[in-house]
Amino acid sequence: MITMTHTLPPALQADNIHKRFGSLEVLKGISLTAHDGEVISILGSSGSGKSTFLRCLNLLEAPHEGRIALGGEDFKLKRLKDGSLVSADPRQITRLRASMGFVFQSFNLWPHMTILENVIEAPVMVRKTPRKQAVAEAEALLEKVGIADKRNAYPGHLSGGQQQRAAIARTLAMQPRVLLFDEPTSALDPEMVAEVLNVINGLAEEGRTMLLVTHEMRFARNVSTRVLFLHDGRIEEEGTPDKVFDDPASPRCRQFMASHR
Amino acid sequence: MNLHGFGPQLLQGTLMTVRLALSAVSVGLVLGLLGAIAKSSRHAALRLLGEGYTTIVRGIPELLMVLIVYFGSSTMIGAVLRQFGIDTYVELGPFLSGTVALGLTFGAYATEVFRGALLTVPRGQIEAAQSLGLGRWHCFHRIVLPQLWRIALPGLGNLFMVLLKDTALISVVGLDEIMRKAQIAVGDTREPFTFYGCAALIYLGLTVLTSGGLMALEHRANRGYRRARS
Repeated sequence: MITMTHTLPPALQADNIHKRFGSLEVLKGISLTAHDGEVISILGSSGSGKSTFLRCLNLLEAPHEGRIALGGEDFKLKRLKDGSLVSADPRQITRLRASMGFVFQSFNLWPHMTILENVIEAPVMVRKTPRKQAVAEAEALLEKVGIADKRNAYPGHLSGGQQQRAAIARTLAMQPRVLLFDEPTSALDPEMVAEVLNVINGLAEEGRTMLLVTHEMRFARNVSTRVLFLHDGRIEEEGTPDKVFDDPASPRCRQFMASHR
Repeated sequence: MNLHGFGPQLLQGTLMTVRLALSAVSVGLVLGLLGAIAKSSRHAALRLLGEGYTTIVRGIPELLMVLIVYFGSSTMIGAVLRQFGIDTYVELGPFLSGTVALGLTFGAYATEVFRGALLTVPRGQIEAAQSLGLGRWHCFHRIVLPQLWRIALPGLGNLFMVLLKDTALISVVGLDEIMRKAQIAVGDTREPFTFYGCAALIYLGLTVLTSGGLMALEHRANRGYRRARS
């Protein structure tokens, strides 16, 4: 159920994002517009800049050029001496980040807190949700990702797949408008990949707006409404999954698809 | 063992030693944390400040530190007050001087312990907090500090044991702690072995108690890490 009402501001918009590490330019002007309900997969070989691009979107990484807007609200940016752009307004970036869920490759659960405490931390501390309500919501989310029985366990006692599902629940607890997944299954043992992909697939079916950096080609094809193929810091190919996977215009994209079947 | 009625005096001295150690460690922990933050700062001026603090304090013998704070503070407070036309003699007193001197010392060494611990908190932990919209203060005291504390605890415990015995130095400015009480008793009874032996046993007892307390704190800080896979 995807209705693209273009009169509304896009859920997430990024224009002409550039990023350098020293003299190495890893992003050479990437633009992307995600409308509500879109699931956009970002593919590319390692070093193509796809994770860096995703991290630039919520300013975990400071871009050197570009404009980002969430739901029509522009990120207020200022330039540092080294030329990179950081938030000019701590309150705004805190608020905007809370509306952009980010799921990390290495989960990054807080090891000194139980799973439940991990999930309710941001709602209670940032959104000021009453603790009782936050706990009830957290339990529902843990139920949804299938680890309700682990609520009082510490992250160190969970498998990788369980940790990633907990991290997804933690992100969902802030009711984000957009979800960003940065290679969510790359750090997992093969037998745990499916359980995490199932959760992500469920979220896509709910009509959530998602950006997904991944190496799971078959999954990307099935779950996405649109696919981007990045190469050398640029968008090399963009379109529907069928187009990008089966009939790409770019020879590089065709080669990449052929070698990742 | 005949204490010639000095038992209650030694007990009072013990309480004073414990009070001094606890108040000095409170000051020292705050200074240490601030020192570590300053030394890890992006700003060169703060780094220099932290560096200056640890270099100076660690370069001065503790005994000298006590004397400088005790005698220097009254001179300095007097000089400041004279600027306002007030001409009185103010001194910090042995307890406050001891707290400041030992707190400064503990803080300088703790700076390095905290700084090392700060480096062990993975960047991803902070990124996760940022990505969920936690502000800088929340991120520090809810996410970074508990993880830092766990790593720093053994090192801090060590420093606290040193501090506990450095409290004996404050006897030179007349604080009625264990050491001074023992000296008074020795002067009165001419039984140095009895009373210095007693003092030694009391310090040993306090150290054993500290050890136990530290083990409990470490046990608590390690929740979630026991039998962890990685």
